[in-house]
Amino acid sequence: MKMVRSNAPSLKGRIADAAPERFFWDRAARLCVNHLARGTSLGGRLAELAGRSVVVATASQLTTALALIELDGVARRLTILPPDTAADHLAALTACAEADAVVIDEGTPSHEALELPVRVVCAPAIVPAEQLSLPQAQTEWVLLTSGTSGVPKMAAHSLASLIAPIGAGQRLDGAVVWGTFYDIRRYGGLQIFLRAIIGGASLVLSCAGEPIADHLARLGRCGVTHLSGTPSHWRRALMSSEIGKISPRYVRLSGEIADQAILDSLRATFPEAGVSHAYASTEAGVAFEVSDGLAGFPASFLDHDRDSVELRLVDGALHIRSPRMAERYLGAQQAPLRDHDGFVDTGDMVERHDDRYVFAGRRGGIINVGGLKIHPEEIEAVINRHPQVRMSLVRPKQNPVTGSIVIADVVLKADCAHSGGELQIKNDILELCRDALPRHKVPATISIVPALDVAATGKLARRYG
Amino acid sequence: MSIKLTIMDQMRQIAREHGKTLAPLRDDLVLLDSGLDSLGFAVLVARLEDTLGIDPFTAAEDAMFPLTLGDFVKVYENGAQQRAVA
Repeated sequence: MKMVRSNAPSLKGRIADAAPERFFWDRAARLCVNHLARGTSLGGRLAELAGRSVVVATASQLTTALALIELDGVARRLTILPPDTAADHLAALTACAEADAVVIDEGTPSHEALELPVRVVCAPAIVPAEQLSLPQAQTEWVLLTSGTSGVPKMAAHSLASLIAPIGAGQRLDGAVVWGTFYDIRRYGGLQIFLRAIIGGASLVLSCAGEPIADHLARLGRCGVTHLSGTPSHWRRALMSSEIGKISPRYVRLSGEIADQAILDSLRATFPEAGVSHAYASTEAGVAFEVSDGLAGFPASFLDHDRDSVELRLVDGALHIRSPRMAERYLGAQQAPLRDHDGFVDTGDMVERHDDRYVFAGRRGGIINVGGLKIHPEEIEAVINRHPQVRMSLVRPKQNPVTGSIVIADVVLKADCAHSGGELQIKNDILELCRDALPRHKVPATISIVPALDVAATGKLARRYG
Repeated sequence: MSIKLTIMDQMRQIAREHGKTLAPLRDDLVLLDSGLDSLGFAVLVARLEDTLGIDPFTAAEDAMFPLTLGDFVKVYENGAQQRAVA
């Protein structure tokens, strides 16, 4: 498919130095990003990075944000390293990106693979600087996919594909303060960073290792109005006693299946807020947003293109073609990102229920119980309907009779965690499952656990094949 | 509760949950004729690991799935004994 690329202004061009002032916060600092229009965080060394393939390897999200604003339209390529990028993969990643420059900050660990010809330090501060007239570049934005093993794939976007989902409607009335539980170096978080810039809003950045209670209190102090995260992020936030510190007008979920239970919980907690769940992936971009408070999406989405996004089903999996998707993977050995028709296979399986499609789970996450295939997410959605359940993980357990069987780990809501009666709750959950699911999908056993692991991506950690 | 009674108790529970009618539980009962199907036995093994703390089949690679209820109980009794020794 031929992509129409607009000559959109660069990010820096969108940071006007006029009012209203907008701020980026992290745990330690608050910066007025408008000052970047007449300043720099790169020690005045931007010109050295012009036309180069730059790896952004800053440790803090604040310096990442500043570097991205300065470098868009200047660098030939920006490769954004998420904070948990394995040191073992750095050499392969920088080689694949043909990187000849790196932006670091004082927290970046030293590594041989980052010893590139040009090394520029980004400071968490903006100092006034003369604005140079540098040749305009159509910067390629490279995002790493969150694969479970091996070197991550490198998906190449343009600024145009990244901001294509951010419609005119994103220019919202009133002062907007965005916040996200994501890291902005991943697609879901980068979308929020870009939304803040395009919409003239402020942004509260997350900080690795910050306790959820502290993060919520900080979001509250900064007056967050728009907040995004995965359903797992939100479930954890709802378990915190500090959830009352925030009162967002807009609540956004993406990155995992938003089941009815989490949508209902959020609506009950924030009755005044709009609650939307978006479907997006690093490769496919944002495909759509659903704002009617119901899980899944209307079947009509498949019949009519919406905002130039085409959806189709191939063997139950969602395929997407749109101007929002990545162009390609970097690296000659990679399989093409798109099929011959220009569609991206998301690997996400959907099932039709009446006039709605619901997400069943990942094609690669299927559990085989005696030859019958199971998506763990479908069972989790049923368990999560129990009023005392906050979140759950269904996983396979080796079994001598059926090869595998499914079992469930369940986290209870804070106010019932210590109320006893665990056996009764387990029996209630099993009964709920027996009523809603065929026999082979009912977990053989249920364990009540204090917490479930959430990976750095914000998704529930599934530690099996 | 003895291992044998635990097993029989769980079999009755699973039969109830799966809507199956259980044959009288005697030592010489052939498991295939017990009324539980393979999914029922899969659940039984998982539940017994929860209550007894052992899965003698997955622990020993060559363990054959027994034919009768008496043999099934013995596998668990031996498993429990081995664990007590170890």
